Amino acid sequence: MGRPTKVTNKIRALRFANAEMTQAELADRIGVTRQTIIAIEQGRYSPSLEMAFQIARAFNVSLDDVFQYPDSEGETP
Amino acid sequence: MSFEEKGTWVYLVVNVVTYAAYLSIILGRAENIPLTEVSYVSTMLWTIGIAIALSIVGHIAVAIAKPGEADKRDVRDKDINRFGEYFGGIVLAVGMLVPFGLAMAEVDHVWIANAIYLAFVLSALTGSVVKIVAYRRGF
Repeated sequence: MGRPTKVTNKIRALRFANAEMTQAELADRIGVTRQTIIAIEQGRYSPSLEMAFQIARAFNVSLDDVFQYPDSEGETP
Repeated sequence: MSFEEKGTWVYLVVNVVTYAAYLSIILGRAENIPLTEVSYVSTMLWTIGIAIALSIVGHIAVAIAKPGEADKRDVRDKDINRFGEYFGGIVLAVGMLVPFGLAMAEVDHVWIANAIYLAFVLSALTGSVVKIVAYRRGF
């Protein structure tokens, strides 16, 4: 099985840029389990639009600053 | 591993172990007599009852081991659960065609009851395996 989603993200970098926020802290802020944050970071789970906005809000950045999507097949953002 | 994933593992292991125990008991009894004459009803009911009890005890044990994670169920858990139940449901629907056909063919009740039980077990196993793969590899 390949990557289940083409959506990539910068959550890990953003966590470190925000006072080295832990996965557990981010999970608590948006009301999910730590395992879900790990799965999103690793590209194993594509979050809902609402959860994506919650993650962006936790870092005080826009959605595009957290999540990226390639323009066409095989193209990386 | 999330609480829900651990619960899925418990359900999978309990189903495999109890069904294997049931089969070994029934097949053991059928060594010297035909399978259709083997007493199976109480064994099947006990096996199902024990499987339900073990699943509950297993879930409680998982919750006691990490109380902080107990009953924490988020949107990903719900998505994965729905995904696994969808495949389990397909297996159950297809599997039920076998006892349906056996009943119409008026074969012995032992075959019909066991075909229904097997369909439930296969449905549970499929659902559990799909959920675990979704947890491990992504969804």
